[in-house]
Amino acid sequence: MTRLLRAGDRGWLLELDGPGIAHGVAARIRESTWGNDLEDVVPASRTVLVTVRDGADVLRVGKALETLDGSASLVAGNSRVVEIPVRYDGADLDSLAASTGLSVEAIAELHSSADHVVAFFGFAPGFAYIDGNPAPLRVPRRDSPRATTAAGSVAIAGGQTVIYPGGTPGGWTIIGTTDFVAWDVSATPPARLDVGDTIRFVRA
Amino acid sequence: MSLIVEQPGLFTTLQDLGRPGYAHFGVTSSGAADRYAHIAANRAVGNPASAATLELTLGGLVASLEEGRWMSLTGARAPLSVDGETVSARAFWLPAGSTLSIGIPNDSMRSYLAVDGGFLAPPVLGSVSWDTLAAIGTPPLVAGQRVEVGAPSNGSATAEPERVSPATPLVNFRWGPRHNLFNQSDLALFVTHKWRVSTETNRVGVRLEGATLDSRAGSLPSEGAVVGSIQVPPSGQPIVFLADHPVTGGYPIIGVVAEAHLWQLAQATPGTGLRFMPVAG
Repeated sequence: MTRLLRAGDRGWLLELDGPGIAHGVAARIRESTWGNDLEDVVPASRTVLVTVRDGADVLRVGKALETLDGSASLVAGNSRVVEIPVRYDGADLDSLAASTGLSVEAIAELHSSADHVVAFFGFAPGFAYIDGNPAPLRVPRRDSPRATTAAGSVAIAGGQTVIYPGGTPGGWTIIGTTDFVAWDVSATPPARLDVGDTIRFVRA
Repeated sequence: MSLIVEQPGLFTTLQDLGRPGYAHFGVTSSGAADRYAHIAANRAVGNPASAATLELTLGGLVASLEEGRWMSLTGARAPLSVDGETVSARAFWLPAGSTLSIGIPNDSMRSYLAVDGGFLAPPVLGSVSWDTLAAIGTPPLVAGQRVEVGAPSNGSATAEPERVSPATPLVNFRWGPRHNLFNQSDLALFVTHKWRVSTETNRVGVRLEGATLDSRAGSLPSEGAVVGSIQVPPSGQPIVFLADHPVTGGYPIIGVVAEAHLWQLAQATPGTGLRFMPVAG
């Protein structure tokens, strides 16, 4: 069962009963007959935030969300696959190798052979949190974040991978570098990734 | 035709109604922190609500226009003069080449300066607004900069009622989505305590101080957050999200400020006491 929680004058937070379905539920919401009344549909790991443009629609949309069948069996996954070339040359590889007991080669092989999925966006425009970092590589964030990170730095923490856009602080373990540009405001849409995309990190 | 900036003031940015609809890409809506004052400034010179204004944080702008135009200043009541002569009207004619000088308001944070025709800049995702968190849009004004002004609107000007920030704002909010992660005594404390606006206040959010709230959750998997969300981090000091708020967050949101009352947070100066009043429906 899903749970519907109020999120302000114009919003609802739909809490889902399982992981991995938020992007599919968000797609169903956007495609619904009342999808045009919505301002934002924001899938995250266990929730979908829905806001309406006009506050007068909020109760009607809430009723529609209550009757939405978001069960996993009905939610079609996003079938798109995006390949991101990575050079496994990150500044934290050696310390990661020391803490995990794995060789640098084994780390690169583990990370690049796993299937990853874009979970949600946050932190900065087009900044994707990508699920699927394999269990042996699930290290916590660094105790003290770097004040700045280079564009294209590929970094891991817990079960996720991120690509830093450049110039932001960062507390994750940097394992590699990519030339893939995830965000371009002059492009339509500006984000080259979407929630639910399957990501393959390809050794470059 | 341009506005020529002699002194930009403490922090002056172009703002419009923002860029809603991109939250799923990690882009917040941004836009004027006090939307009512932004719209009122535009209406006073006959512009549509979507025209860009200058949002002045704690005043301080000195500038001139290449051609005479109607202008208006709303929001925080900053002292205003044209060529050294005090102007008391909120809508005024600025002759070509005359020096407009806006002082520092003492009652609240943000003033909005509109010009007939609106300020122009290249939009990013449909908006010129400077988003301080993502650093997109039109960067803050600097001395010597020229800001392009549009053709006169020919719209009819209307004066919106002026709003004055109360000494102790009473801020309407709705509980949720995560008030159930707090115990009853902390929920009671939240609505009975007189909170104080800390010095940590900007376009991203306003940190409150006074009492300490204890959520049972600590942190959650990140989830979407709306403007006005009252987030409670482990420190127990609530943060109210304003226009440039992060689109997702992992700390529990105890409630969300009513949109019609959000301006009170955007305008409250550090040290201001305020209370929260729950509303339903």
